[in-house]
Amino acid sequence: MTATTTATAAALALGDDALVLSHRLGEWAGHAPVLEEEVALANIALDLLGQARVLLSMAGDEDELAYLREERAFRNLQLVEQPNGDFAHTIARQLYFSTHQHLLYARLATGDGPFAGLAAKAVKEVAYHRDHAEQWTLRLGDGTDLSHQRMQRACDALWRFTGEMFQPVEGLDIDTEDMNAAWLESVGDVLRRATLTVPDGPQSGAWTAGAGRQGLHTEPFGRMLAEMQHLHRSHPGASW
Amino acid sequence: MATAAAHQPARTQQHGAHDGTAGATGTEDAHQRAFDAAVAADERIEPRDWMPDAYRATLVRQIAQHAHSEIIGMQPEANWITRAPSLRRKAILMAKVQDEAGHGLYLYSAAETLGTGRDELLDKLHTGRQKYSSIFNYPTLTWADVGAIGWLVDGAAITNQVPLCRCSYGPYARAMIRICKEESFHQRQGYELLLALSRGTPEQHAMAQDAVDRWWWPSLMMFGPPDDESAHSAQSMDWKIKRHSNDELRQRFVDICVPQAESLGLTLPDPDLRWNEERGHHDFGPIDWTEFKEVLKGNGPCNEQRITQRRRAHDEGAWVREAAAAYAAKHSTAAGHGETGVEQA
Repeated sequence: MTATTTATAAALALGDDALVLSHRLGEWAGHAPVLEEEVALANIALDLLGQARVLLSMAGDEDELAYLREERAFRNLQLVEQPNGDFAHTIARQLYFSTHQHLLYARLATGDGPFAGLAAKAVKEVAYHRDHAEQWTLRLGDGTDLSHQRMQRACDALWRFTGEMFQPVEGLDIDTEDMNAAWLESVGDVLRRATLTVPDGPQSGAWTAGAGRQGLHTEPFGRMLAEMQHLHRSHPGASW
Repeated sequence: MATAAAHQPARTQQHGAHDGTAGATGTEDAHQRAFDAAVAADERIEPRDWMPDAYRATLVRQIAQHAHSEIIGMQPEANWITRAPSLRRKAILMAKVQDEAGHGLYLYSAAETLGTGRDELLDKLHTGRQKYSSIFNYPTLTWADVGAIGWLVDGAAITNQVPLCRCSYGPYARAMIRICKEESFHQRQGYELLLALSRGTPEQHAMAQDAVDRWWWPSLMMFGPPDDESAHSAQSMDWKIKRHSNDELRQRFVDICVPQAESLGLTLPDPDLRWNEERGHHDFGPIDWTEFKEVLKGNGPCNEQRITQRRRAHDEGAWVREAAAAYAAKHSTAAGHGETGVEQA
């Protein structure tokens, strides 16, 4: 009983991360700076949605969980719910999150827990996401003065949401301190190669630490859910 | 691909012309004869073959318009990605919109084989000098519109495009083969979406019927003006760019849709629609060509919105493209690499 519950809690946390970030990336459709990025961002969004569907299905009915929970019941990181902002903000969010997800799934894939199967498949997708984010971080950071400024600003603005990724998640047997160190090394390396400065502020503030995992979110999240859930909620019990 | 004997003189003599060994007029005539023979023999014209200027211009116009339609066509559907009512439908819709961007890329590549560039074509789209399909100037007002677009709009596109798989210009024909496979898949998904609504709650059924009512006539307009008013048709058919007339394809589409609408349990909004035993086709009511012309002129419900969003995406993305170019320039010089600058230690 306890095992099921903790696995459910972890599936919700990871599933909500993937669901919410996928939704944010879906907002880019038709707005990307170049056609190739329409393809790439949609591709990443689809991978994440696929992961979300597997994870949420481990915890219950995927549509009930996605469409009928209220904001306070979502367990995603605050990082993934942050609005897209400009392209640099989207890329910084991707760099931070996909580096984390890659480390996490690589670790889960080697274990024999309930997420090993999913992680083994997803780690390949996430390696591609991380590469995409890294390549763009290099281009924006080491591109023009303007792109450098925007990329630095984005990295700084999102930094305070990164600590939450290394809070322990109930049901995941992961050494989060070790993972945070690996993450700092990997992200730090990319930022330095991109001629960017690793932000020096705290990775989380008093308010943000572990908040999303407890259902405490940022203001834009409620509006995102309102849009996402509106149609489904307007037709109770209908199937689509 | 075009290697039959009839096609060879064009290439040989083109080179001869560069050497100054043949008179301009005589060479031109020989080129024209070789081109005509290749087209008559159903061979493919390839990028390095000689072709009449007007043939090249027509293809650039048609392929560019086709590419533009794919990328503007992302907008009405992307409008529903964030509101898709189930995760399965959301995944299908995202994949579809992604495919459309991919189709745009194939088609710009095909157009580029004719000596133009994607930037130039996008600029023509953004400044209104090239068009996109009139259908994408209609709004997606409900979720059912996503299904109606899949069934009717993609259905009409496929009816139009399957013959283009045999078009005389090789790169276009090959792009169409790839695109048609994916489009057929989208069309079945759209049909299935409408079927789920039609068989769902009364509200869902009504939503599906309303969408079909709004998309039916604009879909018929996708085949272009009637044959006696179609400016480019005759020449395009002679060149085997086009294989069937607008009215022929429109009739084929109507005949396909009628039984599909019946099995969907939905009606088509045309009181004059009925089977004509004598013709072996369905008769249908008159199309409102005034509306069609207004939409083409820029006065449709979403013309302004669509082009504004496209321009904004392009303008707001300028700094990103500039950054990529600056990075590539820096790193190709520094490391002696090619233009991509992707290589990193």
